Formats: sequence, structure tokens, C-alpha cells
Amino acid sequence: MLEAAGLGLSAGGRELVRALDLSLAPGAFWSLLGRNGAGKTSLVLALAGLRSPQAGTVALDGVALAAHSRGELARRIAVLLQDEEPDFWGSVLDYVMLGRYPRSRSAWSRDEEGAAAARHRLAELDLADRDAQTYRTLSGGERQRARIAQLLLQDADILLLDEPLQHLDLNHQAQVMRTLSRCASGGKTVLAALHEPGHAARHCDFAVLLYDAGRASLGRSSDMLTQANLEALYQCRLEAAGTGSFLPS
Amino acid sequence: MKTVPVLVVALVPASLALAIAFGSVDLGPAQLADALLFRGDEIAREIVWGVRAPRALAAFACGGLLALAGALLQVLLRNPLADPAILGVSGGAAAGALAAMLLGVGAAGLNLAALAGASIAAGAVFAFSLGRSGWNPYRVLLTGVALASGFGALVGLMLSLAPSAQVQGMLFWLLGDLSPAADPSVALVVLAACAALAFSQSAALDVLILGEDKARSLGVAVARLQAIAFGCATLATVAAVLLGGSIGFVGLVVPHLLRLSGIHRHGALLPLSACLGGSLLALADTLARTAAAPAELPVGVLTAAIGVPVLLFLLGRLR
Repeated sequence: MLEAAGLGLSAGGRELVRALDLSLAPGAFWSLLGRNGAGKTSLVLALAGLRSPQAGTVALDGVALAAHSRGELARRIAVLLQDEEPDFWGSVLDYVMLGRYPRSRSAWSRDEEGAAAARHRLAELDLADRDAQTYRTLSGGERQRARIAQLLLQDADILLLDEPLQHLDLNHQAQVMRTLSRCASGGKTVLAALHEPGHAARHCDFAVLLYDAGRASLGRSSDMLTQANLEALYQCRLEAAGTGSFLPS
Repeated sequence: MKTVPVLVVALVPASLALAIAFGSVDLGPAQLADALLFRGDEIAREIVWGVRAPRALAAFACGGLLALAGALLQVLLRNPLADPAILGVSGGAAAGALAAMLLGVGAAGLNLAALAGASIAAGAVFAFSLGRSGWNPYRVLLTGVALASGFGALVGLMLSLAPSAQVQGMLFWLLGDLSPAADPSVALVVLAACAALAFSQSAALDVLILGEDKARSLGVAVARLQAIAFGCATLATVAAVLLGGSIGFVGLVVPHLLRLSGIHRHGALLPLSACLGGSLLALADTLARTAAAPAELPVGVLTAAIGVPVLLFLLGRLR
């Protein structure tokens, strides 16, 4: 169980999150929605223990994140960051295998079990025949799926994802959401910062809405993702897009 | 994939053998074999064991240290242009050495002055770049570059003030020169220690390529790793510069040669960089000793002459 209590976050002199209480239980799939600059990334980083909050605490199983060792946290919490240097020289398989670092870091023996698991993850994300390809030659969307494969290979019970759907086409967006949904059904905790309320409504059990000036509200997706709430969140009028709007079935 | 490591490792004994076989005095194969087994002609034995072997090992140690430092700095600073000179250590050592030459102190004093200059530079980079807000690659890079140009100005000043008889010796030191190198044992020990320590961190360095936050989230103690790798690179650079002066290009080019040949995991990249850097410098130094014998060329000129075309060729093939 990952719990934030009285969490306060600010960046560049702006208050992003004020006194947020959030507890992420196993088996739940959370979406995190908000306008650009609302504080989604800061919240993901704070929950992952990569940024110290300005106020409040984040605790894993009742123990503050800072009291866990980095190695221990890496086996429990996996985080997909929004940006990453694309400066990796090896193959796609080599890249995904870095996700094994928390569990197997021998420089000598080949990690066959890890390689098999990595191929399985690649296949799950539609990259089955790409394992030997040079990572840098992947397209943006393929790279994003390789990054998610690496995250899944880490095999943590809590997955925090900052915009997992960026660069993905419609079909792969749905595929990633279904994969994350399966992780949650299997008992993992999943929280994803999204810009796609449609996907959130279909796949996520709960939603956190981050408004401007530190306000947040959270609850079941069905209660949270209403037209009125989304209009207030994105500060624009919404209407049904009619026949032009589709989500993969 | 496997042929590159095998070739690089095989190059080590081959380059050392060539360095011992060739020199300004011609020794026949039989004479060489006898001398290597401590038999026969005493002069041949002295040439092989007293002159050429230490010189070959000094070149190997120097090249290995520089290439290892370059490989570490390139991943630490996330900059393909990083090389040992960027730490300002070479510049500091050069300023110290030239000051000692100007004052006319002996070889021991010169080494001490170079060590002092290198330590001042390394200490300054450490102090400025590991400030209270933590490690910042840009600050390290710019601190090193600023120090290097400061020392460069100092070196220029001393060159223009020096009596013309001393200028040639100074230029050799600046271009990198192994002829005064006496005892390679300290550098070899430093090379072994730095390579072992860096190798022990190789899996973590692989992860560090993903960025500091991602590496942290995968369980890497990033600050500790950076301190270890930076310390290793600094120590290796100081040891190399004290032995051979400012030999350029090995530290920059050798890791890239390996990466462009498909070696990217640090578990292989770091030891192979040390092997390839050492072999290349041993070969370059053999050429420097023999090409215009009895005169010697500065080895740094040859490393650049070999390294530039090879790197350009490999870059041309890069997809």
C-alpha cells in the first residue's frame, strides 16, 4: 500500500498540490488527470520517492519512502518517466533488460530467465520481432512501448506511469491500457498520468483530478469523469464528438 | 559481436611484442629471443629489459588509463566529447611541469610540480562541481573547461617567457612524450585498481545512461556511483599525465571506437577500453621511436594521426 498524507508540492514558486491524502491499494488502477503544468509529473515523482515533497509524507506499507533503501524501493515501485535521454547504443532487448537491474546484476553470467521474460514483455507490447534491432532506430511510439516493456520487466507491485500513452497510435494506446488493466487485476497497484479521459473512463477504477492552484479531487472514475468535472478541469466547454470519435473495442 | 573483444584482447600481447622488438637499435630475432630469456649478449638484454620493456609498459599503462578515464567521463557527463583533458587535470599538470622546467628543478621536482598542478585542478573541479545542490554534469563540464583554459593561458605565458633552449622540451611535454618515463609500475597498479573498481560498477553505469532519476528508480545509488566513477577517472588521468604528459585523443577516441564496433555495455566497454587504449599507445610510441630514428617524435602527434582517420571512418559507417 502506497500512501500520501498531507502532501504539498510546488515547483518554480507555484503551488501544485496542497494537503493531498491519497492511498493506492493493491489491485486498483488509477488515472491522474490535469491540465499541462497542473503537477501530474511532480506528483508521480513524489510518489516514487524521486522528489521530496514540500509538505507531508509518502509511505510504503506504513514506512516513509526515505527510510527504504533504493534497492528495496526498486523492487517494489517502478516508474515510467515522461522524458528520457534516447542515448542508448544497444539493442531493444539490451534496453528492456535494464529493467532487471534491481533483481539480477551479475556482470558475468547471462540472465537467461530475464531474457525470456523480456522477450515475453516485448511480444505483449507488439515488439516481438524487434529484440535484436538497435534501440535508437525505433520510432517514437515503438520506443515508448519498449520503455513500458522495461518497466513491466522490473516486476514491481506498484507501477507509476507519467503519460504512458504519449506517441502511441490509437490501437497501441488501447493495448497499453489493457496491459496495465491486467496488471491491476493481477494485484498490482497502477497509477497513470493521462491526457485521455476516454481511456481513463474505460479502463481505470479511480481517478485523481488535479486542478490549478493546488486543488485536487479523487474518487471512482464513474463519479469523477463527468462532463461538468472535465469542463472545470480543462477549463473549456466539451461536447460529444459525434461519429468522429472512436475508442478501440 | 564476439570478434571485436577477441581482437582487442589479442592486440595487447601483439602490441607489446612489437614495442619490444623494434627500436633505434636493430636486434635480430635470435638476439631478441635470447635477451627475453635473460641469455646471451648483455647489451641486448639491457636494451630489451632495461629500456624497451619499461617503455612499452609505460605506454600501455598511459593509454589504458586515458581510455578508461575517457569512457567513464563520457557516461558520467553524458557528453560524447568528454575526455580526460576536460577535467582540467592535464592543464594543471602541464602548468606545474612547465613552471618546474622554467625554474630549472630536476626530474623529481618536475614530477612533484606536475602532481601538485594536477591535484589543484582535480580538487577545484571536485569542490565546484559537487556543491551542496549535488552533481550537475553541466557545472562539472564548464568548471573543467574553464580551468583548462585558465591553465592553457598560464602555459602560453610560460612558453613565451621561457628561454628558447627550453621551449622544445616544453613542447614535447605538452604534446605528450613518453621518453622520460622511467618506472611504469605505479601507473600499472593504478590502472589495475581503477579498472577493477570501475568494472565493479559497470552494471550500474549501464543503467545510468537512462538518466539519473530512472537510475535511482531502478535502485542505483546515483550520488555514490558518480563519486566513485569521477574519482576513478580523475586518479587515472593524474597517473597517466604524470607518466606521459598531455597525450591527447586516446581518451576521447578509444571508447568511441569500441561503441561504434558494437560494444556498449560497460562490463565490456571499460576493460576493453583499457586494453585498446594501452595497445594503441604502445604501437604509437613504437612508431614515434622508430619512424625518424634516432630522433623521437612526440607520441601525441601520432595518436592523433592514427585516431582521427579511424574515428572518421567509423563515424561515416554509423547508421
